[in-house]
Amino acid sequence: MNKAEPLIARYSHKDYKSAVKPIWCPGCGHFGVESSLFRALAYLELPPEQVAVVSGIGCSSRIPAYTQCYGFHGVHGRAPAVATGLKLARPELTVIVTSGDGDAFSIGGNHFIHACRRNVDMTLLVMDNEVYGMTKGQPSPTTPADWDSKIAPGGTGVNPFAPLAVALASGANFIARGFSGDPNGVARLLVEAIQHPGFSFVQVLSPCVTYRPEEKFWKKMVHSSSVEPTHDPAVAGHRLLSDDGFTTGVFYIGNRPTYTATVGTSDNDLSAIEEELAI
Amino acid sequence: MNLVINTLDELLAHAHELEREAVERYEDLAGQMEVHNQPELAELFHKMAAIEQQHVVKVESLAGSQPRPLAPWDYQWQTPESPESVPVGQGHYRMNPHQALTLVLACEERAEAFFAELAESTSDPAVREMAVQFAAEEKQHAELLKEWLARYPEPKADWWQDLDDPIAQE
Repeated sequence: MNKAEPLIARYSHKDYKSAVKPIWCPGCGHFGVESSLFRALAYLELPPEQVAVVSGIGCSSRIPAYTQCYGFHGVHGRAPAVATGLKLARPELTVIVTSGDGDAFSIGGNHFIHACRRNVDMTLLVMDNEVYGMTKGQPSPTTPADWDSKIAPGGTGVNPFAPLAVALASGANFIARGFSGDPNGVARLLVEAIQHPGFSFVQVLSPCVTYRPEEKFWKKMVHSSSVEPTHDPAVAGHRLLSDDGFTTGVFYIGNRPTYTATVGTSDNDLSAIEEELAI
Repeated sequence: MNLVINTLDELLAHAHELEREAVERYEDLAGQMEVHNQPELAELFHKMAAIEQQHVVKVESLAGSQPRPLAPWDYQWQTPESPESVPVGQGHYRMNPHQALTLVLACEERAEAFFAELAESTSDPAVREMAVQFAAEEKQHAELLKEWLARYPEPKADWWQDLDDPIAQE
């Protein structure tokens, strides 16, 4: 993370924030994640017009409306597909996908796996609150099996999804976890994720104060990783499968080659395609 | 983490970020209260943001310009965020002015404690002098907030209950 320190701040939080006021519930962890994202972008001195934030559907996916960066509020679960197309067509842009646990791991579970596998240079930021908040509190793929609620009495009885382990097995090139109550820590993870080539996945534990008020106690449960990130997927796999789900930090840094477009995108190529398709 | 700040540049960078983030968070809270139809609290948080903005200007004046920022994770906060910011997760859409002012008071007290600790730990007399001054200002604000707080009643025991409860799933 070497970077010459600027004499003055070229960008700050307000340069990335739009005039649209978030409709998240006061106390929502997503406010912390939004703040972390803007701090990371400011640190990297990325001009807002050089950043695209792509999302699916859900509370977390509202972020494109709340930023001055380019945004695309896409189809449920399909944000990685949209972002893949965008990055291949406009490789000079910094592409960030914002998603939630339902959007990324259930509706978009297949897209999540194949985005990890393709290894296009983008960052997937999943705000994981272990519940479908926007639709009033149904269990999501990461909800504990025994979470009791009016809508799932006695719990679902289904083992929760293990996003980081799945990402590792699927080929993600950078894997980390943060906590929304530590915005500066998450900002640091995002800086590293954005800077690392290939597909980076950052899970941020982000409490839903309305439907999972008990998640306020996550701040007492999260703990920093005591070991350095590994480049060895076998070591990372062991750590992830034996982890309690509350360890924060970078788990894995891979060196797989980034997928790039092999088809040219110059005006000449586009003209040739137009001619070929002309009726 | 031990607090080690031994230059005025570092102190001013910390003071600037502390005040700037406080403005940012109060404006966020004001927006949240507007969205949730709490105009009185929105006005309160806008007012707090305006007060903290004056402090940002004061620090810039002391520094001669905007202090050089550090990486967000390099500030020596003793709390997850800068001490004068209301922590993420502390708001509620049904809180009353007393609860809001209690959050604000806690921010001022954390800021005072930060500067007081810094004054204790630094080896530089000029840094100590300025840190003592900043701590005294934060203490003054805290005393003022305690007066404001006394004007507003504490919330009722069932303040959080909502007849249109978002959790209702019949």
